Amino acid sequence: MAKEIETVCVTTGPAEVGDYVALNIGPIHPAMHGTLRVITRTDGETIISAEPEIGYLHRGVEKLGENLTYRQFLPLTDRLNYCSAICNNVAYELAVEKALGIEVPEKAQLLRIIMMELARIADHQVLVGILGVDLGALTPFFYLIIQREEIYEIFEWHHGARLTNSMGTIGGVEAELPDRFHEKWPKMRDSIRKANDETDRLLTHNRIWMDRTIGVNAFCADDALNWGFTGPMLRACGVKRDLRKDEPYLMYDKFDFEVPTGKHGDVFDRYMIRMLEMEESIKIIDQAYAMYQDMPDDAPLMKKVPKIIKPPEGQIYHAIESPNGELGFFIKSDGTDKPYRIKIRPPCYMVYQAFGELVQGEMISDLIACLSSINVIAGELDR
Amino acid sequence: MADWQIDLIKVVFIWVWALLIAVVMTWVERRASAMMQDRLGPNRAGPFGLFQPLADGIKLFTKEDIIPEKARKILFVLGPPLFALPAFSAYAVVPFGDKIVLGGKEIILQVSDVNIGFLYVLALGAIGVYGMVIGGWASNSKYSILGGLRATAQLISYEVPMGLALLTIVLLYGTFSLREMVLLQQGTFLGFLPNWGIFKQPLGFIIFLVAAYAEANRVPFDLPECESELVTGYHTEYGSMRLGLYLFGEYVNLGTLAAITVSLFFGGWALPYVDMSKFLGPVAYGIASFTVFFLKQAFFLFLFVWVRWTVPRFRYDQLMGLGWKALIPLGLVNLFVTALLVQLTI
Amino acid sequence: MSLMDRIKDCLGTDLIEISEFRGDVCVEIPKNRVIEAMTSLKEKGGFDFLSDVFGVDNIDLYAAKAKKAKKKKKGEEEEEEPKKQGPPPPRFEVIYLLLSLKTNERLQVRVRVPEDSMDVPSVTGIWKAATWPEREAFDMYGFKFKGHPNLRRLLMWDEFKDHPLRKDYPLEGKGEERHLNYDTV
Repeated sequence: MAKEIETVCVTTGPAEVGDYVALNIGPIHPAMHGTLRVITRTDGETIISAEPEIGYLHRGVEKLGENLTYRQFLPLTDRLNYCSAICNNVAYELAVEKALGIEVPEKAQLLRIIMMELARIADHQVLVGILGVDLGALTPFFYLIIQREEIYEIFEWHHGARLTNSMGTIGGVEAELPDRFHEKWPKMRDSIRKANDETDRLLTHNRIWMDRTIGVNAFCADDALNWGFTGPMLRACGVKRDLRKDEPYLMYDKFDFEVPTGKHGDVFDRYMIRMLEMEESIKIIDQAYAMYQDMPDDAPLMKKVPKIIKPPEGQIYHAIESPNGELGFFIKSDGTDKPYRIKIRPPCYMVYQAFGELVQGEMISDLIACLSSINVIAGELDR
Repeated sequence: MADWQIDLIKVVFIWVWALLIAVVMTWVERRASAMMQDRLGPNRAGPFGLFQPLADGIKLFTKEDIIPEKARKILFVLGPPLFALPAFSAYAVVPFGDKIVLGGKEIILQVSDVNIGFLYVLALGAIGVYGMVIGGWASNSKYSILGGLRATAQLISYEVPMGLALLTIVLLYGTFSLREMVLLQQGTFLGFLPNWGIFKQPLGFIIFLVAAYAEANRVPFDLPECESELVTGYHTEYGSMRLGLYLFGEYVNLGTLAAITVSLFFGGWALPYVDMSKFLGPVAYGIASFTVFFLKQAFFLFLFVWVRWTVPRFRYDQLMGLGWKALIPLGLVNLFVTALLVQLTI
Repeated sequence: MSLMDRIKDCLGTDLIEISEFRGDVCVEIPKNRVIEAMTSLKEKGGFDFLSDVFGVDNIDLYAAKAKKAKKKKKGEEEEEEPKKQGPPPPRFEVIYLLLSLKTNERLQVRVRVPEDSMDVPSVTGIWKAATWPEREAFDMYGFKFKGHPNLRRLLMWDEFKDHPLRKDYPLEGKGEERHLNYDTV
């Protein structure tokens, strides 16, 4: 089967394989976020098999990482998951800090948590919005994107960039929360909740929305674990696993928040989990912000780290819960100022490899819905 | 003025009117959607961006006209006009006003009051499908073919419930002429309601409206061109004014459907409870009846926009399920009950 | 029982080396026993989740070490000939990241692969999650995963001949272009 598909994708030869029609979706297609490509064989509208083809955005980030110093690599992590760049930054910083064997001051940890949770909200907003767009509901997208812009404004105030944040540095965070954040946050919290509420009212109980999402691409927990699913995709299948709770990093063990789980692993559950997680993130930010305000003004933001970072020889792996799931950095150090090997474990990569199994037997419309609900980011997929 | 001259004027008038509605609708659609989505929408070309459709027209006309190499050329060229023309032609039987007296001559505000106007509308709706199917097939692209296939299945399926809903109206009024139907909707029903089709046929109206949305390829039934799945469906390979004709034909279609809805279910040009002809002069009455008709039509046009930006779209099998499993049985029951009632009351 | 003991218990004779760095435990297992060791780790050891599979090219690491050793020796006693060493250590290694969902422990499993025999047993039969990571490792380093259902290039295009994450693959210049059939003007 795989062999047949290969011949179709490499050549532009005959379109029909066997009795089925090969339909090539992407890499330039309105629903393929970024440069994804799926080669499907269809029987009418039903998908017989689907094979994702990746690598169109491959930039050799891991090779670049081996030839840049530890500090120089930080901006490249932005370009992995550009929807929540801060989570990538912090994941990398934490990995290097683990290799160095240091822990950043508490105030910096709180700052990182606040920014990461904001990024998580922004990421989920994009996902829910795009899912709506791909299912034909354009309006909620704008309600959510307007709120995302507000979040980006906070990022801009704090570290000067909106999308490719490069927040913080190895050993801490450069700046405190901007003064404007203190007035902005209470207002913004309400407006985010309002936008989520409006989206909820437009979509969740909409009959068409329910028909389009409930039971679509349902996936069972055992299969999900076997395929290496993490994050919201795994939680939608009913497995309560969140690295923030299970392997707490930073100060996440001090916060009180819930981990929402689904039951059926279908598109609706994935959507609902993201909607609920945004609310949990708001709760975390509120708690972190309260703790941050209790900190003395002159509390340190940075740990003393030498200018040239040379972790001792050894290899470490550190993973955090990014909006999409487990985002891990493996660093092998040979004692020099450059990592000897750096490997990124992107969350959507593991999910996307099961794509063929997810959409088999569904219809073309469901393929699009499934793709949007996975939240495949070509930047981190192809690296 | 000779009769043929009057007819010519009416034809030109209705043609310009249909065009104007389509042009303005493109603007309304964008501004209204922007309003619903906290955006501004096009606001640069002219006051409130009103000249935006004009700018678009110029753009579409001056773009390079591309016919794909592997396309069936004749059919490819034939597709867009075949789609747009029936939409325009259907306006011919729309009674857009009562009558006006000009130069001592009483002129009926309808291009031609054919006694089978109603069948004519249905027939033209069926022809419009060919534009999409031929366009989709001739493009020689898989997305286009899928779009064309979806269009065929969808439009044929929804013509049945639409026809069933309209048959009840025919049973009710006992005529095929749209003008006579409007005339029969004057006065009151049960003493307090306007004597409109919607109050006599509420179920028929709902079935008709849903089927009309499907016929017009609007969200939630925009599967033939469903952007996120089929790129743009049957007109994926089209560019320049050929694409323009497709888009334009769609809006003209909206105008037609809104006009038919108004004349069948909402009393056409007449105001409820008030007989305008009693206190208005013959010329003023003609203009007023046209205005009333236009306002009613505008409401339904806006409804199209409103629904489009509110709901997601169906999946193909769900769309077919709704048509065949829900609307057609409902339409049949409705037809039976109506027939029974008509038989008993007459 | 500590993690180290449990792993030792679970792997038995398959364990070549076990080390710990910053809390990350890394074990080395022989190449021909991958399937057995992994199955035992999954079923007996409780490491039921595969996070990632990837390769590492150690050629530069060995070269740097050899250079360092030579320098040291030069400083101490110059005249002595370098001793004849045994066979060079295998150039590549494949690293499997395992995770136990119950105890939240992580484990790195290392398999050393010499350059002249790049066959590695595929673990796709144990975890489907290894499907793409193994394809990528093949793409980037050239490991031949035996038993993989569909071992094709993943990130690079099908006609590409080299394995770009190997340390001797040049960053720029002719190596980059030699398979692209560019016209050199």
